[in-house]
Amino acid sequence: MCTSISGQIQTTGSAKGASGWFSLANITVGYDHPAHLHDNHAILLDFVNHDLGPGGRVAVELTAESARELIKALGATLADGEAYEVHVSQ
Amino acid sequence: MIDTGQYEGMIAETVTVRHADGSWLPAYSARPLGSGPFPAVVLFHHRPGWDEYYREATRKLAQHGFFAVCPDLYSRFGQGDPDDVSAMVRAAGDVSDQAVIDDGKACVAWLKNHPVTNGNVAVMGSCSGGRHALLTACNDQNVAAVVDLWGGRVVMAPEELNDRYPVAPIDLTEQLSCPVLGLFGDKDTAPTPAEVDQHEAVLVAAGKTFEFHRYPEAGHGFFYYDRPAMYHAESAVDGWRKILTFLNNTLR
Repeated sequence: MCTSISGQIQTTGSAKGASGWFSLANITVGYDHPAHLHDNHAILLDFVNHDLGPGGRVAVELTAESARELIKALGATLADGEAYEVHVSQ
Repeated sequence: MIDTGQYEGMIAETVTVRHADGSWLPAYSARPLGSGPFPAVVLFHHRPGWDEYYREATRKLAQHGFFAVCPDLYSRFGQGDPDDVSAMVRAAGDVSDQAVIDDGKACVAWLKNHPVTNGNVAVMGSCSGGRHALLTACNDQNVAAVVDLWGGRVVMAPEELNDRYPVAPIDLTEQLSCPVLGLFGDKDTAPTPAEVDQHEAVLVAAGKTFEFHRYPEAGHGFFYYDRPAMYHAESAVDGWRKILTFLNNTLR
């Protein structure tokens, strides 16, 4: 790889690709050359289930700024969701 | 050189190249029609994989009289859209240097002994492929020339070395036995101009034959017309001229 910057987490979830929904096994996060975004480098997110072969993948390429906004939105939404679960369980 | 009065044609197809271990390596091959003998080039594809750009580059070399072969360095990770296969490689943490060197050596040996080549084989690549071409040249005395197009991580810090990347290519310079052409953009960050300077100094100190050309207005990947953020037309046109001149001078 050009940067060798990448990491992977195991995940439980689903994604919808070209062939429909599939169960996720991993998410790979990288910082390297994008395939589609017109920029030299980007945050590369691959939502994958490699048991399905190379096509078991939903790909997202984000600018660094968009990735930061996504992290904020994920954090805020997760906090709201957790608060909601506490509320409904009381 | 194109001559409007001459008939021309080429064979471009996927082939399989026999590995020393007996396995088969998929490759894209292009060569002029006829019995040659043609000088030959092994192309190492870039990080986005065994893609359309590399098929076009392979055919471009055939158009200019070379027998060119571009192996699928990611074939062990699966087959499909090059982009998806490349993601598999990224998830696995990259292909190892040794696997690529073995693939490169198999292609060099195949071309060197092919009945329609003249036995002179260059290696060439861009981005990670430039690094891989250099690594192969340093590990195979059969390589007659190397073209390194903005190969990143030729210079590596000790903490970057691991089982996949056991040696920095720059530290193999003494083993190099053929001329080198290097093309780099001054706006590139991998390699940086300072890293190119460092590589150049080591080549000079080792007494190697090489020519480096720097393009002030170019960054990384300046040949890639399908990536507008990277493409720099003036530098790319001059770069291709320099490649063809270098290959003609060293392989014919």
